[in-house]
Amino acid sequence: MVEIRRRSLIAGIAALGAGACSKIADSEAGRSVFKAAEGWHRAAHRALAGRQGLAPEYAPEDRSPGFKGNGSITVDSDFYRQELASGFPAWRLTVGGLVEQPLSLGLADIRALPQRSQITRHDCVEGWSAIGEWTGPQLATLLDEAKVREEAKFILFRCADTLYGRPYYESIDMVEAYHPQTIIAHALNGEPLPEKNGAPLRARIERQLGYKHAKYLTGIEAVASLDDIGAGKGGFWEDFAGYQWYAGI
Amino acid sequence: MGHALSTRLWHWVNAAAIVVLFMSGLNISNAHRYLYWGNYGFDPADAWAKVIRFPGWATIPQRYDLAEARDWHILAAWPFALGLAFIWLAMLANRHFRRDLATRPADWTPRAFIASLRTHSGGTAEHGYNAVQKILYGLVFGVLLPGMVLTGLAISPGIEPAAPWLVELLGGRQSARSLHFIVAWGIFGFVVLHVVLALADWRRIGAMVTGGRAKGIADG
Repeated sequence: MVEIRRRSLIAGIAALGAGACSKIADSEAGRSVFKAAEGWHRAAHRALAGRQGLAPEYAPEDRSPGFKGNGSITVDSDFYRQELASGFPAWRLTVGGLVEQPLSLGLADIRALPQRSQITRHDCVEGWSAIGEWTGPQLATLLDEAKVREEAKFILFRCADTLYGRPYYESIDMVEAYHPQTIIAHALNGEPLPEKNGAPLRARIERQLGYKHAKYLTGIEAVASLDDIGAGKGGFWEDFAGYQWYAGI
Repeated sequence: MGHALSTRLWHWVNAAAIVVLFMSGLNISNAHRYLYWGNYGFDPADAWAKVIRFPGWATIPQRYDLAEARDWHILAAWPFALGLAFIWLAMLANRHFRRDLATRPADWTPRAFIASLRTHSGGTAEHGYNAVQKILYGLVFGVLLPGMVLTGLAISPGIEPAAPWLVELLGGRQSARSLHFIVAWGIFGFVVLHVVLALADWRRIGAMVTGGRAKGIADG
């Protein structure tokens, strides 16, 4: 009897605490404390690793035998299926927004740019990891060619895929955008990007979690603010489920 | 001699941080319930362990919500890690560590172990902690708590460019994640033991609040 009473007391205290947690998490003050803690991690990471600190790169034999596809694993449109079947002859990647020289690139244009290959580890927010070799031009090359204007503070990735009926998008700050390992990948392990991994183009943001690595890229935009894009939190998962915009932790 | 203010302050802040970290961690664990060794791992066939799905009453928040669980985890990591650095500095500065916690060779003998269990009592202010207590506290302060911080840092991709050696030392990112999980349960085990023993003498809990000098009942 005593045992049961003690147990229900503990369960009651736990429930009370958990209820209080939800109230805090839903409050304006709670949200701003979470946001601040996320910002401290970003600041600490940048201070420790430097703006240009590199994510580890692996040897070919360290690659995982496969590469998991997660989130969107295809684009549900006839245009996409046609393109996928024929090697993406009509696919365009635009570079626009706050730039002097907007670009519209086909896959051949992108392959003709200076390339970077890197064998890196992909860490999903869920906890799993995969290792593969990614190849493509550095995002910095595209941004320099488009001449990003001074007032741009973020780089936005527009995607062809939708999740839960909303278009996928993501954004990073200029430090991450000009990081040497931030590339627009068109190949995985020496082959054109597989459908489930974002064919024909995906972003690689090697110092952050997987949901930042936007797939099925159609556009890159330089913007001054994220407020008017989507629900204003800087990315699909950030808007839809409250994921952290800084995904380095 | 009672508990120093620094000890008491840290104890309760740390206790709160551990509860939040552990319960939000269980929610995060539910996102991918497989543990691997090495650098990569995503296929359940390669997992060394399949973890149970932790029920809502054990998690923060109570529904499965990876984003909010991570909010809590990312927040509570600060008082936990900074608090650990603080208490180590304080323990070294006020000699609490050398005086009360550091073991002597005699503490590692079977005789000391048996004597610790026989007396059944935690050390008191006058007599100091017994051998088992010292070794356990040493394990907590020297291995489990720092292990939690280090494995947590190692699984953060933003930290890795600053300390790639840490991930290598731990055997790869998925190994670090597995260790993060294992050490968390080590701390859980300690907390259960610690609370049960403290409940055996309620005055000790009071002493961790007040310092316990007045009645001479400090140290549990």
